[in-house]
Amino acid sequence: MTPSSPPAVGTGLRLRGITKRFGDLVANDSIDLDITPGEIHCLLGENGAGKTTLMNVLYGLLQPDDGTISIEGVDHAHETPKEAIAAGIGMVHQHFMLVDVFTVAENLILGREDGTTGLLNMAQARRHVRALSERYGLNVDPDAVIEDLPVGVQQRVEILKALANDAKYLILDEPTAVLTPQETDQLMSVMRSLRDEGKAIVFITHKLREVREIADKITVIRHGKVVGTAKPTDPEADLAELMVGRAVTLVVDKKLASPSPEPRLALKGVWVASPNGTLAVQDLDLDVFGGEIVCIAGVQGNGQTELAEALLGLIRVLKGSIQLDGRPLTGLTPSETIDAGLGFVPEDRKQHGCVGTFTVAENLILNHYDEHPYARGIALDLSKVRQNAAHRVDEFDIRTQSIESTVSSLSGGNQQKVVLARELSRTLALLVACQPTRGLDVGAVEFVHKRLIEERDRGTAVVIVSTELDEVVALADRIAVMYRGRVVGIVPPDTSREVLGLMMAGVPTEEALASASSTTLAEEDAALEASLEEMHHES
Amino acid sequence: MSIDTVDRTASRPEAAPLETPGRRRQRISTGILIAGVGVLLLVGLASTDGSARFALSDAFDEVQLPTVTVPGFTTVLVCGLLCLAAAVGYLSGSLRGRWPVLAGAVAGLAVVMGFLTWAASGRELPFPVSNQFAGTLSLATPLVFGALCGVLCERSGIVNVSIEGQFLSAAFAAAIVGSLTSSVPAALIAAVLAGLVMAALLAVFSINYLVNQVVLGVVLNLLAVGVTGFLFDQLVEPASLKYNSAPVLEPLPIPGLASIPFFGRVLFEQNILAYLAAISVFVVWLVLYRTTWGLRIRAVGEHPEAADTVGISVRGIRWSAVLAGGVFGGLGGSFFTLASTGSFTKEFTVGNGFIALAAVIMGRWHPVLASIMCLFFGFVTQMASQLQTLSTPMPSQFLLILPYVATIIAVAGLVGRVRPPAADGIPYEK
Repeated sequence: MTPSSPPAVGTGLRLRGITKRFGDLVANDSIDLDITPGEIHCLLGENGAGKTTLMNVLYGLLQPDDGTISIEGVDHAHETPKEAIAAGIGMVHQHFMLVDVFTVAENLILGREDGTTGLLNMAQARRHVRALSERYGLNVDPDAVIEDLPVGVQQRVEILKALANDAKYLILDEPTAVLTPQETDQLMSVMRSLRDEGKAIVFITHKLREVREIADKITVIRHGKVVGTAKPTDPEADLAELMVGRAVTLVVDKKLASPSPEPRLALKGVWVASPNGTLAVQDLDLDVFGGEIVCIAGVQGNGQTELAEALLGLIRVLKGSIQLDGRPLTGLTPSETIDAGLGFVPEDRKQHGCVGTFTVAENLILNHYDEHPYARGIALDLSKVRQNAAHRVDEFDIRTQSIESTVSSLSGGNQQKVVLARELSRTLALLVACQPTRGLDVGAVEFVHKRLIEERDRGTAVVIVSTELDEVVALADRIAVMYRGRVVGIVPPDTSREVLGLMMAGVPTEEALASASSTTLAEEDAALEASLEEMHHES
Repeated sequence: MSIDTVDRTASRPEAAPLETPGRRRQRISTGILIAGVGVLLLVGLASTDGSARFALSDAFDEVQLPTVTVPGFTTVLVCGLLCLAAAVGYLSGSLRGRWPVLAGAVAGLAVVMGFLTWAASGRELPFPVSNQFAGTLSLATPLVFGALCGVLCERSGIVNVSIEGQFLSAAFAAAIVGSLTSSVPAALIAAVLAGLVMAALLAVFSINYLVNQVVLGVVLNLLAVGVTGFLFDQLVEPASLKYNSAPVLEPLPIPGLASIPFFGRVLFEQNILAYLAAISVFVVWLVLYRTTWGLRIRAVGEHPEAADTVGISVRGIRWSAVLAGGVFGGLGGSFFTLASTGSFTKEFTVGNGFIALAAVIMGRWHPVLASIMCLFFGFVTQMASQLQTLSTPMPSQFLLILPYVATIIAVAGLVGRVRPPAADGIPYEK
């Protein structure tokens, strides 16, 4: 079977010429796609390539401006989610569509309640959940409240919710973004068994490793267009080139770290509460030396964000001490910590990193607008502001029409470059970067990684908070894994994914090392390569 | 790999439960509040002499119950000490599990008892207890309807600041139609229709035109004041016999039950609207938590996108919830006209809609809790008017404040998950 053969007439999904515009932006540009039952079809593309838009069109959440959708030979124009569900389409959204305060059973029956009497039949709903989880081997407690469940289990509920409608076509939108490697493995085996039952699975991702591991077919989308199909046996570099549109280096080029003899940043017994009142960071100890990158790894929501914000002084430290070059950081306001030599790249650049309606030039001086040379008494020296902007735009290759353009008119990658340019334009003692490459295209990722390593080589202590394990492994000199507000352990970057995954689920380092086989990452990759090679020869 | 890591970690014991700063702040502030009130009671001891008498029945009752006499000084002292004990419990942080709730409830009761005793001790007239409770129920009736209206709207994600406006227009409609037809059912239907019209205005602008719901609510209240005021001046007042003499609801004693001493008079000699309010609380609870419609209302109020993706019409459900709320708003409004003199005056509902809104929030968007809050507010209002007739030494405004303090203490003591529906007040845009 060749990857591009369309399904037989009357089976599968056919999308023809799907076009969706948002204002001037063409999110989908006459996309053709065929989905065949019994196959795992990967939609590969960078962030913002239009994969999710396409699937939202297919699910009826968005109406296409042009094009047709035919499901098993029947045309569906102006479909609603209800019709899509009835036609056998199920979707697991990237941001879960679960009501947090409802139980699993309530979430599963929502919208498909047995409506003869109008009364809820929770006993039946519970039986239904149990039957479903038994049938698909996805274990959940029907009476558990969603917000109390770990993210991985919430995702199981999402999958069950889609399957509860007897979905024949299951769309999974970036399902692995929130999972540990072990959870990802489990998800993949669930996907395989669903495929073997004859279901069609559309797997949206930008992670090449996963695509090559599981795909039967690969369709690559770039800038809203289908740019080609690929085989899972194609080398990673080829897939990346197809996805990005040019050759990319996948390996981060960095020299061995030469850390300072004494730690520059020292945290001792730090406790931090999150704004909603829960204890986000508990009794945390961490030393970061100058000239090294410590990556804080962990599943989203284990206290990493709060830790970073506490370093900046955005939220108060309840107990414990934070010292930078021997001077206490605790109790300082953000402007004082910035003066003490802290550079901060926040998680959400649009919310906290820059002011969208300000110009590029203004955003570039947001953290030292009141200092020499930009401030002259109470006035701004605008010529200095412009000089600085012109210089930074050039140095950081910020693609903008002019330095007077608003930041919101820039692409995500260029917005992030503005933030980096501002934070890295002074001598730092400590750089804290949260999810520095989230939502960026591969080219921008390369650039950001290069700058972070340059900053390290200047002797700055660098702390990177990232939930992307690939990034953590590529950048870190040491990896600190956080789980429920504590550091589970600190390990070198050549630790296997399996061990890191176990640690991200809270298993202590020694235990994780013991229970995981001692394969290193390189060996793991080599093994994968070999098995793919083998498959290639067979076919 | 054979181990299911997710489940294994999920079943691991949580880190040792530690008090979060939020909890601590709440505990300490509750403790200080209770302690303050306790100290106030003890200060009041200086002016407490003689005994306090509480009349359990009045002159018209068939069965005359005795008048209870309690020693003023001792009772106030005990109540004050109970408050202080509860405060110590809170401040020391030694209360665990159910105990904070219990201590809060005891302190709340002690505050009310203590101040009543202090106010009534050494007076000529006994404090009429059955009047107090009967009056509480009567004052709480429109509040309960208003709170149910608010609960239904806000659970679906629509903030309803215009309960007051719904009350006012319904009261007006009941007066006009009641006067013209001399029929109570016709007046009730007119009131419900007026409530529905106001609810529909709220729905169309908030759901279809995505107008800021708080601003919209304020505007609707002003609209109700303006329209009813204008019509009252132009139409009603010149011919008040024709337009402003609606029939009045008579008390409906329930045979048998009404003759139970004390309780019969308090509970079973109310008008039809009071009984209806009690039934409605149960009905709304049933609807919200036991029907598919209720599940959908709660879902669109928490996570409208999730409801949309399973094929539920967010707008449709919100419309239905707001309109259902309008029915209760209308019934509540009719009470002001039909349960008093049968006539309407300008700005007749004097903030009751806002008190109902407060009850919704203090009752945590739950129909039963919100109704209990309404009873609290009814109790407070009734007590203030009772104490005024007893001519106590303290200013009546001061008396009015204290029971609210008791309410706050009781609420603060019932620590739990206090949070509004997640999508409350956020328009849903597809």
